[in-house]
Amino acid sequence: MPAGALEVEGLARHYGERDALSGVSLSLAHGQTLVVFGPNGAGKTTLLRVLATLLRPHAGSVRVLGSSLPDDAWAVRGRLGLLGHEPLLYRELTARENLRFHARLHGVGDERVQELLDLVGMDGRSREPLRTLSRGMVQRVAVARAVLHDPELLLLDEPHANLDPAAVELVAPLIGAGTDPARPRTRVICSHDPSGGLAEADVVLGLRAGRPALLRTAADVDPAEIAELYR
Amino acid sequence: MGALLRKELLVELRTLESVPGMSLFAVTTFVVFHFALNRNVVEGDLAAGILWVTLLFAAILGINRLFVADAEEGGFDGFLLAPVDRSAMLLAKALTLLVYLLVLELVAVPAFALLLLGPSLGHALPGLIGVLALGDLGVAAIGTLVAALAVRTRARDLLGPLLALPLLVPIVIGGARASSPVLASAHHAGPSARWLLTLGLYDLVFGLIAYALFDFLLED
Amino acid sequence: MYGKGLRSLSISTIAVMTAALALVFFYAPLEAEQGFLQKIFYVHVPLAIVALCGFVAGGIMAIQHLRTRDPSWDMRSYVAIHMSLIFGVGTLITGSIWAKGSWGHWWVWDEPTLVSFLIVFLLYATYQPLRFAIEDPERQARYASVFAITAGAFVPLNFIAVRLSTAYVHPRVLGGTSNLPGPMALTFVVSLIGIALLYVTLCKYELTAKHARAQLRALRRRLTADDAATPPVRRSRSAAPTTLHPAAMMTARVTGKEGL
Repeated sequence: MPAGALEVEGLARHYGERDALSGVSLSLAHGQTLVVFGPNGAGKTTLLRVLATLLRPHAGSVRVLGSSLPDDAWAVRGRLGLLGHEPLLYRELTARENLRFHARLHGVGDERVQELLDLVGMDGRSREPLRTLSRGMVQRVAVARAVLHDPELLLLDEPHANLDPAAVELVAPLIGAGTDPARPRTRVICSHDPSGGLAEADVVLGLRAGRPALLRTAADVDPAEIAELYR
Repeated sequence: MGALLRKELLVELRTLESVPGMSLFAVTTFVVFHFALNRNVVEGDLAAGILWVTLLFAAILGINRLFVADAEEGGFDGFLLAPVDRSAMLLAKALTLLVYLLVLELVAVPAFALLLLGPSLGHALPGLIGVLALGDLGVAAIGTLVAALAVRTRARDLLGPLLALPLLVPIVIGGARASSPVLASAHHAGPSARWLLTLGLYDLVFGLIAYALFDFLLED
Repeated sequence: MYGKGLRSLSISTIAVMTAALALVFFYAPLEAEQGFLQKIFYVHVPLAIVALCGFVAGGIMAIQHLRTRDPSWDMRSYVAIHMSLIFGVGTLITGSIWAKGSWGHWWVWDEPTLVSFLIVFLLYATYQPLRFAIEDPERQARYASVFAITAGAFVPLNFIAVRLSTAYVHPRVLGGTSNLPGPMALTFVVSLIGIALLYVTLCKYELTAKHARAQLRALRRRLTADDAATPPVRRSRSAAPTTLHPAAMMTARVTGKEGL
């Protein structure tokens, strides 16, 4: 019986004397979607980065896809994808070069790069340096980068930022809940959109000042409670 | 790691930020030395000293810019998420810096021979190349470590040179001492073996230290 | 935890230093060439030796910090380097006075040890600006440790390099104690012990003070039970590590760490 996709127990991370996260515990099964709400500074991004193995937990235990962090982080890195605030791309290189670079890092072939460029509708402008492209286009390439290696776990930090409605539709199949039951796609999404976020969620986590204020299955959550978090 | 190196060189070719600046700086510095020292030709100790000091300061320019693109564009995260060994970045960056230095020397050494050097360079060239190669390895290792250390701090343009200069002093000592017999006009001697050995040892020690400590700089 | 043994340490330091001073002024013979000024040698050289050992010790503590991730090692490393830097200033000043008195110049390039020391000093002078320039305390400690280890390895190598490169015109007075006559050797050794004790005592004082301040801050925070997002206002910006996370401090106490 495979373990859950995420098992977090008492996670804490501090920044000097301030607690960025404290006492966060949750568990998420494969294929489920966790949506994290909370005001700015509540620790959403920190949580995401800890799960992405970019930050070490200072206390508590974290298991991602069966591997315990930080010791076994290397085992899980190739299996997760992060879409953060920064596109994590080089502005001087073209979309094609950027994706090829990431493909090589992850051991993915060039055909996949072409496939994704087509899927996000960037094939036409794939040979121009990123600094000449609009923010929305860069975001599309960033999405392509995040799913390039077909990760089992997707970590998305406000994925629809900078995307126009057409682009949102375009990327939806890429970052949406997986359709193939044999390859479940687990997702953790940080969102500021109560209704939209709630619609996608299986489990909801509300953070306030680094502490979990709300942790429940989505069905039991009322949008008003989410609005409360921001008060 | 091959991919990393390719990316580095691609970005540099696109932006042409580091190498032309370094080379131009070196040539201009030679001109400044001519006026500051009020000499038309130099040889031996003085020549070695001028060459190495100029190369050192030009290298600092390159070191400063080594990680800037990555730090600013969140490139570190992209790399950190990949299932690759962290030291691959160290090797790629150090090799990149090495390449910059070699190109720099391709420009600076002939310029030096043309502008300031008294004795002709012909016989001296193989010896000089050997010394430069050893020195470059050390500068690359230490430069990469210091660049990584300085890039995520607030005063990175200031701290980089401040940290690098003392650490590179032994390389300048070794390089200058080793190449001064080579650049002397009286008799062309090979570079001093003792200094080559010292340089090599220094390179080895700091190469190992950089390799051991680099991971700690990248992680969080 | 930190305050233990402080009093006995201070007493022994004062005792040895007084003995050393007495020896320097009354017992050690006047050196033929340089006269009374030569006595500064009994201060200058021990200062240098202790400072350099302190730098290397700081590097070793930094290795421990990176291995165990325990912030108290970082604090020790910081204090060791900081104190060595102060002793280093003392070394350079006394060296300068000696040079002026002996050879008429405030600075001489012919003493390889003095020159190497200057380079090492310049390197470590960047330690505090480096710490200052990193806001995240955990990253600050980590980067400082990397620096301390690199610089610690640099110290011996630098001395070798500079010594190889210097032609000695003046007799090297900073040779080993093996060629010192009896009374001078004794005075030197006592002086060395005295200054070493002074170093250790001062370090301990500083560590104790920092630790107490950190504990006070942690207690204050827990009293107010205010985990708001705004960080506490620090009256003075300092490059020093100012905090031990409560969890780390508790574990340190529970495991009963002794001494420094």
